[in-house]
Amino acid sequence: MISIKRLQEDGIDFIMVVGEIDASSSIELDLTIAKSVGEGFSKILIDCSALEYISSAGLGVFMSYIEECKDRGIKMVLFGMSDKVANTFSILGLNELLEIASDKVQAKQMVNGL
Amino acid sequence: MVYKYRVGCSIENLKGVRDFIRTSLKAHGVSEIDISEIVLALDEMCSNLMIHAHHCNPDDLFELQIAVEKNNPLVFEIIDDGTVFDINQFAEPTLDNIIHEKRKGGLGIRLVKSIMDKIEYQKLMDKSICRLIKNVHFT
Repeated sequence: MISIKRLQEDGIDFIMVVGEIDASSSIELDLTIAKSVGEGFSKILIDCSALEYISSAGLGVFMSYIEECKDRGIKMVLFGMSDKVANTFSILGLNELLEIASDKVQAKQMVNGL
Repeated sequence: MVYKYRVGCSIENLKGVRDFIRTSLKAHGVSEIDISEIVLALDEMCSNLMIHAHHCNPDDLFELQIAVEKNNPLVFEIIDDGTVFDINQFAEPTLDNIIHEKRKGGLGIRLVKSIMDKIEYQKLMDKSICRLIKNVHFT
């Protein structure tokens, strides 16, 4: 149902999420982000281009890292969302609280502070 | 037209619940964006029920019904014989609280309340029914 891949490029940790994130699969997303943070990455990009669905459990995972990222100076940017997935983030205004880019190029500029 | 789906209380079954909702509504010209919001709200209600009322016991079953009538609000019913978790009585945490306390839960009820137009509960014999109503535009 969900497949998560990690790839490191230019000091950036890319996390690619494929499939649907719900109550049964959000733990995998959580563990992957925790691992990236634990390994000391300060630039984390979440590739959502193959993310087909996200439930509140998945939204909650991203929300739970906002404070930690701020405290540790970590830049986490999500990019490549479909319109449907983007709408899910905007229902509660989470798009205002998280860093979201339209594509990989813009996301890289954001984590590099350009 | 009424669609019915019986499901066991394992969160592994949520994918099947979502597919059932999508398939049922697609046939009636409900827009993609409405369908995706409805799926999100019902996924939340069903996962709450599975986890909190039935502790993910796959042998416990409940029924999801979808009533579709052109140019009328959509009516969703979750029919269960377990205890009722009335979300109208639940004060959801603020977004600020969720962020500061690094909570992973608490967003779902907010989502359901902002997506659905009405949420009501009814006790009928030994069944409890949660009815969610949503106005949509039919094409």
